[in-house]
Amino acid sequence: MNVMWKKMKKTTKSNMITFGMVILAYAVIQAMVMTGNISSLFKGLLVPVCTYVILAISLNLVVGILGELSLGHAGFMCVGAFASAFFSKCMQGVIASDGLRFFLALLIGAAAAGIFGILIGIPVLRLKGDYLAIVTLAFGEIIKNVINVMFIGKDANGFHFSTKDVISLNMEPDGVVLVNGPQGITGTPKDSTFTIGVILILITLIIIINLVNSRSGRAIMAIRDNRIAAESIGINITKYKLMAFSISAAMAGCAGVLYAHNLSSLTATPKNFGYNMSIMILVFVVLGGIGNIRGSIIAAVILTLLPELLRGLSDYRMLIYAIVLIVMMLFNWAPKAIEWREKYLGRLKHRKKTTKEA
Amino acid sequence: MSFISYFINGVSLGSVYAIIALGYTMVYGIAKMLNFAHGDVIMIGAYVVLTCVSTAGLHPALAVLIGIVACTVFGIVIERVAYRPLRNAASPLAVLITAIGVSYLLQNIALLIFGSNTKSFPEIIKLPSLSLAGGKLTITGTTILTIVACLVIMAGLMAFINKTKAGQAMLAVSEDKGAAQLMGINVNGTIALTFAIGSALAALAGVLLCSTYPSLTPYTGSMPGIKAFVAAVFGGIGSIPGALIGGILLGVIEILGKAYISSQLADAIVFAVLIVVLLVKPTGILGKNIQEKV
Amino acid sequence: MALLEVKNLSISFGGLRAVNEFHIEIQKGELYGLIGPNGAGKTTAFNLLTGVYKPDEGIIKLDGVDITGKKTIDINKAGIARTFQNIRLFKELSVLDNVKAGLHNHYKYSTIEGILRLPKFRKVEREMDERAMEILQVFDLDKEAQTTAANLPYGKQRKLEIARAIATKPKLLLLDEPAAGMNPNETGELMETIRFVRDKFDMTILLIEHDMKLVSGICEELTVLNFGQVLAQGKTSDVLNNPEVISAYLGDE
Repeated sequence: MNVMWKKMKKTTKSNMITFGMVILAYAVIQAMVMTGNISSLFKGLLVPVCTYVILAISLNLVVGILGELSLGHAGFMCVGAFASAFFSKCMQGVIASDGLRFFLALLIGAAAAGIFGILIGIPVLRLKGDYLAIVTLAFGEIIKNVINVMFIGKDANGFHFSTKDVISLNMEPDGVVLVNGPQGITGTPKDSTFTIGVILILITLIIIINLVNSRSGRAIMAIRDNRIAAESIGINITKYKLMAFSISAAMAGCAGVLYAHNLSSLTATPKNFGYNMSIMILVFVVLGGIGNIRGSIIAAVILTLLPELLRGLSDYRMLIYAIVLIVMMLFNWAPKAIEWREKYLGRLKHRKKTTKEA
Repeated sequence: MSFISYFINGVSLGSVYAIIALGYTMVYGIAKMLNFAHGDVIMIGAYVVLTCVSTAGLHPALAVLIGIVACTVFGIVIERVAYRPLRNAASPLAVLITAIGVSYLLQNIALLIFGSNTKSFPEIIKLPSLSLAGGKLTITGTTILTIVACLVIMAGLMAFINKTKAGQAMLAVSEDKGAAQLMGINVNGTIALTFAIGSALAALAGVLLCSTYPSLTPYTGSMPGIKAFVAAVFGGIGSIPGALIGGILLGVIEILGKAYISSQLADAIVFAVLIVVLLVKPTGILGKNIQEKV
Repeated sequence: MALLEVKNLSISFGGLRAVNEFHIEIQKGELYGLIGPNGAGKTTAFNLLTGVYKPDEGIIKLDGVDITGKKTIDINKAGIARTFQNIRLFKELSVLDNVKAGLHNHYKYSTIEGILRLPKFRKVEREMDERAMEILQVFDLDKEAQTTAANLPYGKQRKLEIARAIATKPKLLLLDEPAAGMNPNETGELMETIRFVRDKFDMTILLIEHDMKLVSGICEELTVLNFGQVLAQGKTSDVLNNPEVISAYLGDE
């Protein structure tokens, strides 16, 4: 029992470090903001950084904990962003309190993305590996394409919907275009703040960490480690895969809400919601270490800030990402590299020990 | 009449997809990996040909030959450096993520060398158009060449695999790597050869694609690449006739969807087709059923 | 009434009859052996019993309930658990968590209770820990409770797989070559453990094994499979002296 206690403390300790790190970073940055020791460029990056951190943590649930590769994560972010921006735009002036409206927008964004997660997950999670990856990619692209042909307007008679253009909405002269196809949604209230972003990160962290250390989390990881064995001990594969997938989608939806309410105009372009974005999030997860939540956070922060702060490198930014990604994968996963690492690092550890004894 | 014209354009686009899909399907069949960077090899091929023709002023045929050689070398190098070390990795995701990294690498190398501006691909296929039905239906020379090229490549590849020793080795490796090795087959060499052939075909596909749609950017290859993978899955991954059928069906669906439903939703339709196929018959039209061993 | 009753069970793979008219009757509390040469269809029979494959024909009854064609999950819930010839542990999980995963359907709280760390979560987790440690003690694995499963030595991995299966509270435990890769000492120890498990957990055990010392040492009854067919069936000593069995199976050794 003594061994157990020590070990349990170790995981709790590790989680504490993660939480402490986030809170400390928040305190330092807030202090910098208060004293005015912060550039406007850096300030503008605070909410996006929070968005990417949430995306990275949530994708890690699917890639690291469930062990399936999803390349459509940006699609769920897109659903959350548009559902919540649409809601906020409709409710501007209807719900008096900005705080309440944003809170409801968050719930709606998360729920919409979560429901999409379930709807997409039911068919998709029957597939495995590469097939699952390509189909999630396909779904992400479909979501983006469909949003680009949506036109929604509102006038005295209620809502109008079209997939062609604004004119075919057939609105009265007093009508307002809410969703304008490729131009998206403009005039979303800018409710997102750094503080809200950090609170969302903390909530995401609590959910993931507590999920992993619970009965359901164990079932999810059992499926990851050996599906056939998990089935043989009576674990419902579909249920738990779907659970991980939809929780992850709902979190990505939250990130989308944060993203949408930080911009005055929201459009679905290949750059922000295409599969390139999904892959970008995957890069955060891989570089932070698959399954390593704290690593995801650090990777997301560094990879978002660094290129922006080092503008001179911006041409080489994606090139460097690509090389780092390949090198990291080879270093971490190639059997030869593992062998070499164990030999070399093992010797290093051994040397440390002997010097200590001496 | 316009339907027939759309249909023929669809078959032509589908032929390009089929040629690209061959690369995917062969690599998937033999190395059991999704080479995400395959689409970007197409783009590299197109840039090489463009540079040879426009900048160096070489004869188009020579330029295409150089493009093929360049892509072949690229394919072999990528396999050797990035994929082979991960062949026995513990996680099957490792090599897929690396392939995504290679895809990004190729795009960004092209971006640095050629810039992000759209380059106009030179007209290198100079064949007369075919006029049918009293001038109501015109088929361009490029379209005809694309379809013919696809059929020739397909037939050539089938013959290569069924009639030559190297082709038989490929089949053996795709069935069972370990057993093939024991039979004295050079597994590494065979896989490298597969990448070489796939990449050479990608160069050809790049030329054909850019001859029909002559705007070239560093991202030109990625969408056709993904769609060609869809085509390979559609036809049944690992199957060469499957790549042909899947490619052509996908091309026709895409062009008809663009013409009759919505040009913005054409990609969505293609992806929806993939999803439906995978759900109804996960192994594709001509795919084999494989049961997991317990 | 027999605990397990199988009649006329058959399956073909692409024209090859892998298991043909397989039948078996196992009484409650029995230690039963399934033997036969390589490729005789033993593991396929296990896969049929546990719903990994759906039989083409035949009936499987557990404790009087027809479980033919049911899904693996439901068959486990009905009371059959198994181990695998090629060990299938949850490699990245700790030894303790492997067993706790086995307790999944017997100790429950909702996902929300888990995420919010409600009192029920703490209570049930504590009960799970206690129960899992109890099972681990039987297999002398309690000291390694926090070790990652992949880091266990081979023999202990086999034991952990049995522990995990037992955690699901099966009526019938199927062991697929439990002694494979073990040295004679370990095998002897394993025999003791299997007997002990049967008595302590009040279980019925069907095992596939090639180690004749183990089979003749602990199995009360045997079924011999050859080319997917039942060749002989009955008391262990009778079956092992059956000339047909000797020529088909033992004679080859």
